[in-house]
Amino acid sequence: MSDVSMRIWRGDAAGGDFAEYVLSSQEGEVVLDVVHRIQATQAPDLACRWNCKAGKCGSCSAEINGTPRLMCMTRMDQLPEGPVTVAPMRTFPLLRDLVTDVSFNYEVAKTMPPFQPPARPAEGYRMQQVDVERGQEFRKCIECFMCQNVCHVIRDHEENKTHYAGPRFFIRLAELEMHPLDTNDRRELARQQMGLGLCNITKCCTEVCPEHIKITDNGIIPMKERVVDAAYDPVGWLGRKILRRTKRSAEEAAAGSPS
Amino acid sequence: MVDLSYDYETHDYDVIVIGAGGAGLRAAVEAKARGLRTALVCKSLLGKAHTVMAEGGVAAAMGNVWAEDNWQVHFRDTMRGGKMLNNWRMAQLHAQEAPDRVYELEAWGALFDRTEDGRILQRDFGGHRYARLAHVGDRTGLELIRTLQQRAVQLGIDVFMECKVLRLLTDDDGRVAGAVGYWRPTGEFITFTAKATVLATGSIGKSWAYTSNSWESTGDGHAMAIWAGADVIDMECVQFHPTGMVWPLSVRGLLVTEGVRGDGGVLRNSDGTRFMFNYVAPMFRAETAETEEEADAWYEDHNNNRRTPDLLPRDEVARAINSEVKAGRGSPHGGVFLDIATRRSAEYIRRRLPSMYHQFIELAGVDITAEPMEVGPTCHYMMGGVRVDADTQAATVPGLFAAGEVAGGMHGSNRLGGNSLSDLLVFGRRAGIGAADFAEGRTGSPQLDAGQVSATIGAALEPLGRDGGENPYELHHELQQTMQSLVGIIRTGPELEEALGKLAELRERVGKISVDGTRAYNPGWNMATDLPSMLTVSTAVAQGALHRKESRGGHTREDFPTADPELGKVNFVQRQPSARGPDAPIEIGPEPLPEMPPELAVLFEEAH
Repeated sequence: MSDVSMRIWRGDAAGGDFAEYVLSSQEGEVVLDVVHRIQATQAPDLACRWNCKAGKCGSCSAEINGTPRLMCMTRMDQLPEGPVTVAPMRTFPLLRDLVTDVSFNYEVAKTMPPFQPPARPAEGYRMQQVDVERGQEFRKCIECFMCQNVCHVIRDHEENKTHYAGPRFFIRLAELEMHPLDTNDRRELARQQMGLGLCNITKCCTEVCPEHIKITDNGIIPMKERVVDAAYDPVGWLGRKILRRTKRSAEEAAAGSPS
Repeated sequence: MVDLSYDYETHDYDVIVIGAGGAGLRAAVEAKARGLRTALVCKSLLGKAHTVMAEGGVAAAMGNVWAEDNWQVHFRDTMRGGKMLNNWRMAQLHAQEAPDRVYELEAWGALFDRTEDGRILQRDFGGHRYARLAHVGDRTGLELIRTLQQRAVQLGIDVFMECKVLRLLTDDDGRVAGAVGYWRPTGEFITFTAKATVLATGSIGKSWAYTSNSWESTGDGHAMAIWAGADVIDMECVQFHPTGMVWPLSVRGLLVTEGVRGDGGVLRNSDGTRFMFNYVAPMFRAETAETEEEADAWYEDHNNNRRTPDLLPRDEVARAINSEVKAGRGSPHGGVFLDIATRRSAEYIRRRLPSMYHQFIELAGVDITAEPMEVGPTCHYMMGGVRVDADTQAATVPGLFAAGEVAGGMHGSNRLGGNSLSDLLVFGRRAGIGAADFAEGRTGSPQLDAGQVSATIGAALEPLGRDGGENPYELHHELQQTMQSLVGIIRTGPELEEALGKLAELRERVGKISVDGTRAYNPGWNMATDLPSMLTVSTAVAQGALHRKESRGGHTREDFPTADPELGKVNFVQRQPSARGPDAPIEIGPEPLPEMPPELAVLFEEAH
């Protein structure tokens, strides 16, 4: 068996560098397997976050040869010859080695107004498969936060984190907007508080999504269209005037009402 | 020089829930909804717990696909699947309440697959008489955990993420009063005082070499309950799921959902024979197809055909696969073949089983729409656990509750697929109610016992202060080899004795571990603090297996190959009555099962 050479980031908020590890290669291994073997034999304190090792929990996100990927789903034999570089996600503060502080995402999650259905009819809710499938695509999200990591709005502009929810939460908004039963209207919220307009649809998020969710095409762009219709379409404005219907303001949407 | 001085932060709550999988989230949601100060403490980030790995669905007799289904049929299936070792009251509550728990998830935003008329679709699974599993493709667990996670966030529950709990704390009068642990990112210690504590820590599978479980499944809750003086039951009853991946080695054990068989996949040996027809136990013969034609017709017409033997309960299928491999009719990498490619269209397979499709194409280079999968048994689920009151989930120690996989009794000696997600919901909620009631009725504030806290922290710090000792990874590896080879799917008395000897040796060596580095996000140190739980739980499993001198459900003794009706009337109960902790012995003895009332017992006499 030949050897594999790994260059793995070691360090914390104070600084660090790549450390080199050489191991024998083993058939069928993924990057996470090699990291585990390094822990067991060479660097027992090498920090790495992981759980399911099956691409279902979204814990082991890292930048492998510069590209955000799940370590558990990246096979060593499909990477180019030569040393494999593994670095932590760059958009989030480094805790240690390959582990970052992703609490930004959990804070944004708290600002998402929840699903708000009508009262359940006696015979139960009825929805058609074709209608639930739109939301199901977004609910495949495993919260690996790689879309957040590559989004240049926050990757290159730390200051935007206070007013930009990011792709993971745009598809959460889209999922709720497209839910056949939801009664809230989050369009003004998306425009005024979630920073939907800052996204300039470069599709970096879609490219790195391990669940192959069409974040931009199926989530963000339809949301932008809905927001634009609500905010700027003169026909819509006139229609609302005539029918005396009002949109929900960002504040009203955010308040929601617990079901 | 490693700094071994320590300080700790303190928090006070009405209810703390340890573990944030389905059961823990559901319990916390219930306690919080009652207006109690509630904390959720979990070893990983929120939403990453092992529940995300559940694939097939939530079993609930809603009758959306087969109107004939009802709770009595579900109850009967569950008890028979568990070989009647189940706590009948838990099985009854579970069957009765599961539909409401599913509808509740829907009202909280879960998007289940639908029937033609817009109701929640249900799929077939092993041991269930009717198509009963509400599901979302093959990622139902993710839907469940995300829905509950979003509910928990909505309610504003305080979540302590990446926080490992080391020990439960007890009052002078023996009531559980809180817990002590540490933050994984920093290694700083943390204590909780709580009027009620809910364990929802999940499984124990990480003590076996081939398992579908994640690193978190180290049995912390099982072990902490024992160390707090609580009873555990049925610890010998470990489920080996029949279909785990067997190749490549790095993913050996990874789960292949039973939904593959529910949706038409069949097991074949190296001769291409559908061997399950040769392994139908007498108990299931009357309701199982005898020919391939009948089995295939059953998928479309359950009323006029009997079910395929590929969907017998998991213990039956796992043993059959084991026998085929032993007889030399296995697949190249030591499993058997699971074939859906020749039986369903590629489009159907990709739609119904998307994550299986991706798992095989990405990790094994196998296209399951064109080739068979190679599968074999993998350590999957712990039926045994904390002995609880069926209605309140109260453990035998006051102030302690348990729900989900860490609780025992619900599944008897073998769990049916789909019954774990419903278990989490039904008993997570009940544990939340039980804990809330207890907290509201508890007089006085629980007091922190500084002696217990410092003893626990001192023990946790020892490996960091030692040089040249044992390597925690090496000890874990030896533990896994021991449990895999000596306490695996087929057991014998002498091997179990050998395992207990080896476990005693490993317990000694755990006391000599040394760890490099600091406390901050140090996986070597984390492993060192997980090993005491794993060893306590492994010992209880081996002891239980040694004492249950029969074969029943997930527990198979080569030296006692049949079920013993007398042993079918008892649980083996284990506890530490006086001396407690990782180094103290665990006592074991049989105690009678609760007796089923006649109106339920009659369900097992009628011909179905």
